[in-house]
Amino acid sequence: MAQPAGLLFSKDHEWVKLDGDVATVGITDYAQHSLGDIVYVELPRIGATLTQFGNIGVVESVKAVSDIFTPVGGDVLEINAALEGDPALVNRDPFGEGWFYKVKLADDGEKANLLSADAYDKLIAEA
Amino acid sequence: MYTPHTPRDIEEMLAVVGVASLDDLVRVPDAVAVRAPLDVVPALSEIEIAERFAGFAARTSAGGYDSFLGAGAYRHYVPPVVGALAMRGEFLTAYTPYQAEVSQGYLQAIYEWQTYVALLTGMRVANASVYDGATALAEGVIMALNATGRKAVLVSRAVHPNYRAVLRTYAGGLDVAVDELPYAADGTTDTTQLAAALADQRYAAVVVQSPNFFGAIDALPAAALAAIRSTKTLLVGVTAEALSLAALVPPAAWGVDIAVGEGQSFGNAVAYGGPHVGFIATTDEQLRRIPGRLVGRTLDKDGRTAYVLTLQAREQHIRREKATSNICTNQAHCALVATIYLAALGATGLRDVAAHNLARTAQLRDAVTAVPGYAVRFAAPVFNEFALRVPGNAADALDALRERGIVGGLDLGRFYPELADCVLMTATELTTPAEIGRLAAALAEIATDAVARS
Amino acid sequence: MLAPETPPIFETGQPGRANRYVPPAPPLSEFLPAAAVRHELPLPDNSELDVIRHFTRLSQKTFGIDTNFYPLGSCTMKYNPRINDALANLPALRDLHPFAPDELAQGALAIMWELERSLASLFGMAAFSLNPAAGAHAELTALLIAKAYFKKKGDARRTTVIVPDTAHGTNPASAAMVGYNVVSLKSDARGRVSLEAIQAAAGPDTAVCMMTNPNTLGLFEDQIHEIAAAVHAAGGLMYYDGANANALMGNSRPGDMGFDLMHLNLHKTFSIPHGGGGAGAGPVGVAAHLVPFLPVPVVRADDVDEASGRWPSDGRTFALDFDRPDSIGPMRSFWSNYAHMVRALAYCYANGAEGLTRVSQLAVLNANYIRASIRDLIDIPYDEINRHEFVASAQSIKRETGVRAFDIGKALLDRGYHAPTVYFPLLVPECIMIEPTETESKETLDGFIAALREILIAARENPQSVIDAPVNTAVSRVDETRAARRPDLRWEPEKG
Repeated sequence: MAQPAGLLFSKDHEWVKLDGDVATVGITDYAQHSLGDIVYVELPRIGATLTQFGNIGVVESVKAVSDIFTPVGGDVLEINAALEGDPALVNRDPFGEGWFYKVKLADDGEKANLLSADAYDKLIAEA
Repeated sequence: MYTPHTPRDIEEMLAVVGVASLDDLVRVPDAVAVRAPLDVVPALSEIEIAERFAGFAARTSAGGYDSFLGAGAYRHYVPPVVGALAMRGEFLTAYTPYQAEVSQGYLQAIYEWQTYVALLTGMRVANASVYDGATALAEGVIMALNATGRKAVLVSRAVHPNYRAVLRTYAGGLDVAVDELPYAADGTTDTTQLAAALADQRYAAVVVQSPNFFGAIDALPAAALAAIRSTKTLLVGVTAEALSLAALVPPAAWGVDIAVGEGQSFGNAVAYGGPHVGFIATTDEQLRRIPGRLVGRTLDKDGRTAYVLTLQAREQHIRREKATSNICTNQAHCALVATIYLAALGATGLRDVAAHNLARTAQLRDAVTAVPGYAVRFAAPVFNEFALRVPGNAADALDALRERGIVGGLDLGRFYPELADCVLMTATELTTPAEIGRLAAALAEIATDAVARS
Repeated sequence: MLAPETPPIFETGQPGRANRYVPPAPPLSEFLPAAAVRHELPLPDNSELDVIRHFTRLSQKTFGIDTNFYPLGSCTMKYNPRINDALANLPALRDLHPFAPDELAQGALAIMWELERSLASLFGMAAFSLNPAAGAHAELTALLIAKAYFKKKGDARRTTVIVPDTAHGTNPASAAMVGYNVVSLKSDARGRVSLEAIQAAAGPDTAVCMMTNPNTLGLFEDQIHEIAAAVHAAGGLMYYDGANANALMGNSRPGDMGFDLMHLNLHKTFSIPHGGGGAGAGPVGVAAHLVPFLPVPVVRADDVDEASGRWPSDGRTFALDFDRPDSIGPMRSFWSNYAHMVRALAYCYANGAEGLTRVSQLAVLNANYIRASIRDLIDIPYDEINRHEFVASAQSIKRETGVRAFDIGKALLDRGYHAPTVYFPLLVPECIMIEPTETESKETLDGFIAALREILIAARENPQSVIDAPVNTAVSRVDETRAARRPDLRWEPEKG
């Protein structure tokens, strides 16, 4: 799957979509494919304050567990409640309905630490 | 003795491997090679081994004594159907059921064990077993610590002393504080200061055992439970005598969040302390924190019902240092034994056995308290054990009983210095009126001797 | 053989179908206050015949060593001798209460003592604790001992455990339970722990270096002596994970290699039955400087008369010693998985030192024989003389045909073999780890080799046949995703 337009990426295979200072975060198609069938996602609490690249949650598949390292820092505004009943959303639509959480971006400058779509494509091609 | 290789086998195999001799094959650097002869027991033929162990058994004479010991390990009648099934070679020699397709039998049996534990405790879900009651408590407390993020636990002093000691050992590794709640005059946990103790919300859990170490029914009263809930503390309920679950209001009904305990009473031998079988059962909210293995029911790719180890992502072989616990091997065969026992007894059989325990304990209590000088120490109702106050000290009384062919129980002074005049005694469905009669007569003699000496 | 479905035992019960194991009893309310009595006990009553059929059928859907060969790396699935069970079931030992006075338990204590002395000599340690219930439990015990040791020395800097990347998952999990940080070391090109890497990693913050030898690739760590010296020079302790002890009995001893702490898995090396996942037993061995920290109780022998019997336990008196001020404390409710101590000692008597030495030699021979017989059909990443186990990699088979290690394992199930260990250690992609043990005959190994060769050829000629496996077992591949997404962990009346 080509990376959708308008997103930034982290080297830990998360994506970020920015809408003003609200950032939506999820994992990439590459990540969901590597993990296999997702069975559970452990998300941060609403109101928690995250630090960029901090370990803030977990994605579990049948055979593996992956830490979520938040690509941006800030306060958690919303989490995707649909994932609890249907974690398969992450496999089916990782860039859309399978989103994880939204934060209020604390520091706009953090974008500079993320990858463009091209840079992320290069990363996964070399993996 | 169990290696089938003939000299010819060895020769042919060495040739395939391309090595001249077994010594060449297993050579290690000189610095680490064994040099001196090893001091291991001598090799014997099987008949000689049987003789040797018969000698060990003969030097283990406790079986020739009447025994009133309980205190976390209970002798119960085990119908032969249990051993006949559990010792089948497929069950005995199977590996952990990671390859589900060839382990359906064991997986289903463990699913049934999980169900039995959930039904008996009233909780929503149980795991495939842990080592024993004490480690089940330690693991249950770790669950509470992880769930709340707090670093201390409050434990009733009426919880089994060995269980509390193991909890301290585990807590030492995690730098967690273990504080104690005293027991009250009637032998139950003293909850008068509980609300005050919980007020600053530093405790992850309160730990209570029922029936407790003194045999007393120790389910917490509503006011205590309210204090626990209002401070977002968890309640860990411990069961050391699993048979009591058949007779008493179950842990879920008195507010327990994490039920832990010892399942040995269900079909497993006392066996000098092990192997026994620990259980952990909990609510849906705490499910993902539960340590150890879980068996789930699902379908195979052709639509048949199938059982499989599930939620393995929590476990050590995947999660490594972030696992819910380091536990790998558990006590599966002992859990199987317990499951077969529970299946054979059924609700009716279990209730009857429990009632016989209560009846015999009442008879024991009546017989020994009829002897002048002896009295029940605690007033609370009990299941199948109680503390008996004796004239003089318990250790002397037990020595004197031993001279008369009786192991009268446990000297409580060993764990509670203030109870050095008390013996913890137990009766089960195996305790006979004749044994009770002999004990009462012996106690009378001992009391007379004590008076004569004083 | 496709077996019929066996409904859960809860579905066949009927109230009133109870067996009569005890006489009818008065109602509970006669003995208990009303508020304490449990009213509903929703367990099924099944006839004894139904119980027998149910569990017999379940056993028929279960592989065991008694029925099938298990080439499971890291598990040592050797034959479980029946005499051991018979001895563990001697009534005097089976019914002994842990709180029985020592005077009435002398034979039982002698068994523990003889086992402990034999293990100490066999593995070169000063003493063993028979307390821990399993390997992971033993690791935790050993790390707690290390923690107590450094605390007593006043050395608060020791916070790190070094673990090779080939280590068993319990190693880092146990370290985390003791509050230690884990540093993972990359294995070198030879598949071993490199001395240089250890020298770089070991420092004043090193508490313990946890290793196994041979390692989980089945390779002897030939620099172990130097590695231990380097860790000791940094002030750390060496811990030996005894999962692979079957490879070196009578040949090399962890104590002589420089290990300060170790554990054994009696359910691996000492023929205790695996029982479907336990109970195991994990004795912990220590060097002299760590003896005071062992868990309580320890079996103490008092010298009484001159030994007169065939082995030193005769004529001695034994006691359970709880009076150990530096002990880390108890690790479990009582003193040991005692029935397994009986089994393990019987196994020692069946072998003696020479027999155990031969056990290890033949375990190594069997493993090398298999390796040498399949190396033309599958990659062996470290194709040299291995110990009691070796690893193969299905990585190139996967690239060429799509068949993975997982599928090869499933195809073996169809031919009546348990699969080998797969995907461990993580270091080797598409890893297959094979450990036959010494109790398997050449005929059994030849049959396994033929089956595996057939599968490896089929992987290239008809990959789908391997990917579809198993087809001959009680169930086909199980939907693990469904099991994890919709957990059904217990029977319920509505679900049925």
